[in-house]
Formats: sequence, C-alpha cells, structure tokens
Amino acid sequence: MLAYVIRRVFQSLIVLLVVGLVAFSMFTFVGDPIDNMLGQERTDADIARLRAQLGLDQPFPVQYLRFLENAIQGNFGVSYRQGRPVAEIIAERAPATLELAFVSGLFAITFGIGLGVFTALRRNGWAANTIMTLSLVGVSLPTFLIGIVLIYIFSVELNWLPSFGRGEVVDLGWWTTGFLTASGLKALILPSITLGLYQMTLIMRLVRTEMLEVLRQDYIRFARARGLKDRAVHFRHALKNTLVPVITVTGLQLGSIIAFAIITETVFQWPGVGLLFINAIQFVDIPVMAAYLMLISVMFVMINLIVDLLYFAIDPRLRVDRTAAKG
Amino acid sequence: MTDPVLSVRNLTVEIPTRRGVLRPVDGVSYDIAAGEILGVVGESGAGKSMTGNAVIGLLDPPARITGGEIHLLGERIDQLKGEALRKIRGKKIGMIFQDPLTSLNPLLKVGEQLTETILAHLPVSQSDAEARALAALEEVGIPAATQRLNSYPHEFSGGMRQRVVIALALCAEPSLVIADEPTTALDVSVQAQIIALLKRLCRERGTAVMLVTHDMGVIAEAADRVAVMYAGRLAELAPVQQVVQAPQHPYTDGLMGSTPLASLGQKRLRQIPGSMPRLTALPDGCAFHPRCQRATDRCRSNPGPTLAACNGRAACWHPLTDEDRAAREATA
Ligand SMILES: Nc1ncnc2c1ncn2[C@@H]1O[C@H](COP(=O)(O)OP(=O)(O)OP(=O)(O)O)[C@@H](O)[C@H]1O
Ligand SMILES: [Mg+2]
Repeated sequence: MLAYVIRRVFQSLIVLLVVGLVAFSMFTFVGDPIDNMLGQERTDADIARLRAQLGLDQPFPVQYLRFLENAIQGNFGVSYRQGRPVAEIIAERAPATLELAFVSGLFAITFGIGLGVFTALRRNGWAANTIMTLSLVGVSLPTFLIGIVLIYIFSVELNWLPSFGRGEVVDLGWWTTGFLTASGLKALILPSITLGLYQMTLIMRLVRTEMLEVLRQDYIRFARARGLKDRAVHFRHALKNTLVPVITVTGLQLGSIIAFAIITETVFQWPGVGLLFINAIQFVDIPVMAAYLMLISVMFVMINLIVDLLYFAIDPRLRVDRTAAKG
Repeated sequence: MTDPVLSVRNLTVEIPTRRGVLRPVDGVSYDIAAGEILGVVGESGAGKSMTGNAVIGLLDPPARITGGEIHLLGERIDQLKGEALRKIRGKKIGMIFQDPLTSLNPLLKVGEQLTETILAHLPVSQSDAEARALAALEEVGIPAATQRLNSYPHEFSGGMRQRVVIALALCAEPSLVIADEPTTALDVSVQAQIIALLKRLCRERGTAVMLVTHDMGVIAEAADRVAVMYAGRLAELAPVQQVVQAPQHPYTDGLMGSTPLASLGQKRLRQIPGSMPRLTALPDGCAFHPRCQRATDRCRSNPGPTLAACNGRAACWHPLTDEDRAAREATA
C-alpha cells in the first residue's frame, strides 16, 4: 500500500510539472508582459532594464526552473495590473472561492446521494420519476442560465436572496468568512446551488445507477433472505457498496466545482479567485493566470490523491497488507 | 407421523410477459418433515429455484405466486408481506445460495454479518450475539473462529466461505433450510465436505431441508426423498432409493441413465433425446411427451398427468415397471 501511495504521489508531481510548464509558457507565448507593464511612452532602455529585472533575458529552461522554485515557495510574482504580489491577491480571494466550493460540494454530495438512494429505492414511484426527469434538465442547462434563472426568481421576483456579492463577511485575520453572518449565509445559497446543481444531478444519477446494480447482487438477496430489516439492507449493505465506485467520480466532481466556480463567480459577482482569473484574462495579467492554473491543478491532484486513499479506507479488499492466511 | 415442517400445495408461480403468461412453477405439491432432506432435481430451467424462492417469498417481480398454499409449521406463509415475511426469513427459513463468493457482503466483516442476523431475530444483547456468532462459526468447522470473526469474506477460500454462508443461514436456528445448489460453485474436493456438514447440522437440529441440485451424487449421498421437476411440474416424488434404483417416470429414468453414478452400477450412459421445452411453447398434455418413447395419444392430450391423478408417485400415464427396466437392461 505504501508503494502504491508513493507511486501516486510521484504521478501527481509529474502532472504538476506539466501544468507548471503550460502555465509558465503563457509568459512567453501569450502577449508580451513588457507591453502591458510599460505604457505607451517607453524607451528601449526601459524595456531592456525591465527584461533583465524580470529575468526574461534568461534561456527558457532557466526561466522555467526559476518559476518552479518560486512557485513552490508560493511566490508567483507580481500582478501586472495591480502591481502587488500575486500570492497576496490570491490569499485574499481564496476564502470566498473555497467557502463557495465547500457549500456547493456539500450540497452536491448530500442531495446527490440522498436523492440517488431515494430514486433507486422508489424506482417506479411518481416522485422518483419526476426527480429523474428534472435531473435531465439540470444536467443539460448551462450553469450561467441556471444562475440567471435563480436570480430572476429568488432575487428579482421574490426578493428573498441577494443576487450578487458575499454579503457581510467577518475578517479572522488570515481568512474572511461569510459563515458567521446571516447575510453572508444568505448570499451563499444561490451561488452554491448554481455551482453544485450539475454535480448534484451527476452524483444523483450515478448513485441511482450503482445502487440499482448493487441491489441486484447476491449478497443483497442473501441479506434479505436472512430477514434483515429493509433499512439495514438498503443503508448498511447496499449504500456502502454503492459508494465505492461513486467516490472517484464525486472526488473529480468536487475538483471541477472549484474549476467551474469561474462562471458562477462571474454571474454572481462573487469576489473569489475565479472572478480574479476572468479579470486577469481581460488584462492579460499572466502571473495571476499562471498562479490560478497552478492552484487549480494542485487542488485537482490533491483531491484525486485523497479519493484514492479513501478507497483503501472503505474497501477492505484493497488493504493487501492485512490479508490473513487463506483458510 | 407428526405434521410436516413445510407443506406446499398446488403451488403455482406465474410471470406475465409480452408473449403471454409463463408458468415456471405449475401445481407443485410436496411436504418436508422435520430432520428430512428433500432433494430437488431437474434440468436447468425446470423451476427448482423458483419453487425455493416462492417458499421464502423472494420471487423477483414480475414473478408471483398465483395459486396454491404454503404452510410452515402449520401456519400459512404464502400471503405474508412486509414485516411478517421478514420475521420468518432467516428465523424460520434459512436460505443458502449457489455462489459463496457473491453471497457475502464484501465490505462487512464476517462477524458483523453474523451478529446483525442474530440481532435481527433474537432478543439478545450485542455481546450475547457476538458469542453466538462465534459458536456458529465454530459449529461449521472454521478454524481459529475467534480471529475469523474479524475477517472479511475475501480472506476466506470458497469452501470456507460456503461454511460461513451456512453459519449465517443457520444462526437463528430456522426450522427449514432451502439450499439452492450449495456446492455447484465449489471445488469438487470440498463439495462432499459441505454436503456432509449441512447434513450433520440439519440432522442434529431436526431441520427440514430443501436441497436443490444438479448433482445426483449429492442426492444419493444426502437426500431422504427426491422431487424431480420438469418444465415447472413435479415429474416424480419418492424416497431416494426408489428414485435412483427404480425410477417410474420416463424422465427420471432418463435422468438416472444419463448420470455417471458408481453406486448405480450401470454399464453405459444413456441420453435423453431433445431438450426441455421452453415455457413459451409447452406442448399439450404431458410436457415430456415429445421426448418420451412411451408416449401415446393420451399423453398428448389435456389434461396432462399429475402425481395426484396417477399413482401418487410419478406424474405419468405409463410409469415404468420393474419388467420394463429389466427388459431394457437385457437389451443394453
Ligand atoms: N423474468 C423472467 N421472465 C421470463 N422467464 C423467466 C424469468 N425468470 C425466470 N424465468 C424462467 O423461469 C424458469 C424457471 O427458472 P428457475 O431459475 O427456477 O430454474 P432452475 O430449475 O432453478 O434452473 P437452474 O438449474 O438453471 O438453476 C426458467 O425457464 C426461466 O427461463
Ligand atoms: Mg436455479
């Protein structure tokens, strides 16, 4: 198992190196940072000085290594647009995105699993059928449209929930949270649903399919034949087995929640890193873009790693080291 | 004689399909007494599993019981539903399935699966249940049972897993055990052990057993009486000696003739020509007549033969006599 974990960590590092290369290449191939940093009135001397100062006169591999070295230390350079360290800007924006992603992930998992189990157990009931039909809509609607529809209904028509921003936040020094104020919590609802709806329907459909498959298995039949209560058969025996394959997909979906936050943050003007990235693109603020890419890939890779380790926790068949002698 | 543990009367199971209503079990009647092992044999698709599943109320929809009665210990059980049905499963009827590899939940320890079953049926504490679980594992001959309670199913070999399955089926001390091909998926070397174990446990406790199998060797070894099924109907029902040595139904005769059995001392294997008709295309009269050399016009017309309408033992208008069998031996 240890060997497996080491191998996985190694693979993750390679992925990160490649993403780092892509992020770094942007500096060289997408626009010219010098153009962006110096205004119209610039001299060749200014340009050369800035180039040397930024290390842009060095050969590509050297620049890449320097970039990696800095990135590992959390140093992504200085934003072209804001003139402040990128790390500082991102640290400021990260809590908004992470809280949003956390709540949507929670929403997607609880409702996804709950409704998935419900629709599997009540396979032919009208409620389950309605949910399944609606979920098709949920999967096929684009995120921004869902956001706009929700804003129209709950903000414009009903005036229950805010249509943009984080509401009041509490500054804990290293973290700003919307969890501690009523307006902060209210502001989380619509963006979280918008961001998590797709993942929720995906998880729900997957749980349903897997659960139906598991319910056909011999050990479920045997559990029934032993006179176990429906509750035990469904939740102790069936659900646990359902979750094994569901974990991977769910993990990946949580990763994409953070990635897709860009759209939701734009629709709701949510002051997170996604919105920061969109604004960075408009201004070709390469350091911010590169840092964002790196950050997202680190999250993806970490989530994947955790998902793999969760497998070991849930499925005893994978824990090779504790296999007893065959009897 | 005391009342039988299980009494099945005219049991009929139907499956509505687009091509009409199928009848995988058609008017089957039999009893099993306490401590008795009834072997059920027949070709694949004869309705053996359907009969067993109907008794324990585990028919997969759309299959359902449409006629007849099932009595367990004098109580009618074929109409039970929900909680009442759950209470007899495991408690009064234990079930053993064919494949021990897939019968156990891979994610739960063997001990957990045993205790949950015991707790579902007996009013005992958690620690009592664990003690009983341990005793159950020891009874089925699992070595180092204390440690094995904490093992997961994949840590056992196939034969050991089937022992665990038997322990699970018997842990609430049911009066009836339905074993649906309990050894088919096992190595030949462990099959006999499993059958011997099942036989010993049931004899000790006076449990009635319905033992479904393809293996005539298993029947000869374990069964007291044998029910032969063909196309959803009982072809013959008689004590094992009679069925094996002096079959009356031509199908039973063919079945015995096609089984390599040392104890039968037969010279050559015979084959039954043709195959069992599909449920969608059952012939009139006796379902076996297209394959039967003794068939007459009577066999081809309705109503077909039943045990009750014939001699009570073989559902055949022209059962084999001792002379018939002797004559065949002479020509073979
Ligand atoms: N859902 C269904 N639709 C149509 N026919 C079915 C359905 N389920 C079972 N059958 C039929 O019911 C008949 C009885 O099946 P059953 O499983 O009882 O046979 P069996 O005697 O146990 O055979 P085997 O030895 O292969 O286990 C078979 O002919 C099968 O094709
Ligand atoms: Mg069967």
